[in-house]
Amino acid sequence: MAMLHTVNKSPYEKSALESCLNHVSEGDTVLLIEDGVYAVVKGGRAANALASVKGVKIAALEADLKARGIGGDKITEGVEVVDYGGFVDLVEANDKTEAWL
Amino acid sequence: MKLGIVVNEGPYTHEASDTAYNFAVAALEKGHEIYRIFFYHDGVNNATRLTVPPQDDRNIQQKWTELQEKHDLDLVVCIAAAQRRGILDENEMKRQGKDAYNIAPGFRISGLGQLIEAGIQCDRLVTFGD
Repeated sequence: MAMLHTVNKSPYEKSALESCLNHVSEGDTVLLIEDGVYAVVKGGRAANALASVKGVKIAALEADLKARGIGGDKITEGVEVVDYGGFVDLVEANDKTEAWL
Repeated sequence: MKLGIVVNEGPYTHEASDTAYNFAVAALEKGHEIYRIFFYHDGVNNATRLTVPPQDDRNIQQKWTELQEKHDLDLVVCIAAAQRRGILDENEMKRQGKDAYNIAPGFRISGLGQLIEAGIQCDRLVTFGD
């Protein structure tokens, strides 16, 4: 059973992403939204944590990346950038959605 | 798919109300059904019609009302959370002996059972908040 996990807080402010990554299973997707997108900034501690989780898709919401000036080569490898339609598709593609608030 | 949406954060707090709204719009554009949007905790503050944001800012409450009108959505405000935060409809105003009510058009006040029911009826329940 695949699950979509949403994280909306910066990993440099709250421990939501860390908790999430400790609980994800293979085949799950982690979608970073709002301040959660700061996790994808290349070279950061959180980006390294994302890279260390295997078998899990990492996605980030395009509008929230743009709002924070995070784009192009600032994004660490392996992150899929999705728009709101892509967010809806991820909800549909996974059996359940869990928000790590 | 049939979607339930939960909003746990007030408007203009961080971004959850905006994210929930944008998600709802995208889901409707893709042809999905939104069974119910449930406003809980500080999320009930999305439902006051007395908000007056600056003219160059978005009016989140009004956007919800307009979306409700366009798609006949079921926007439900948790009654216990609403009473604590001063969100009343006409009926509650009378029942509580208050001199005014402020619920925005398109929202209705009801109980937590509505959230449980949405969880049972919907294919997916998506939560936004703090």
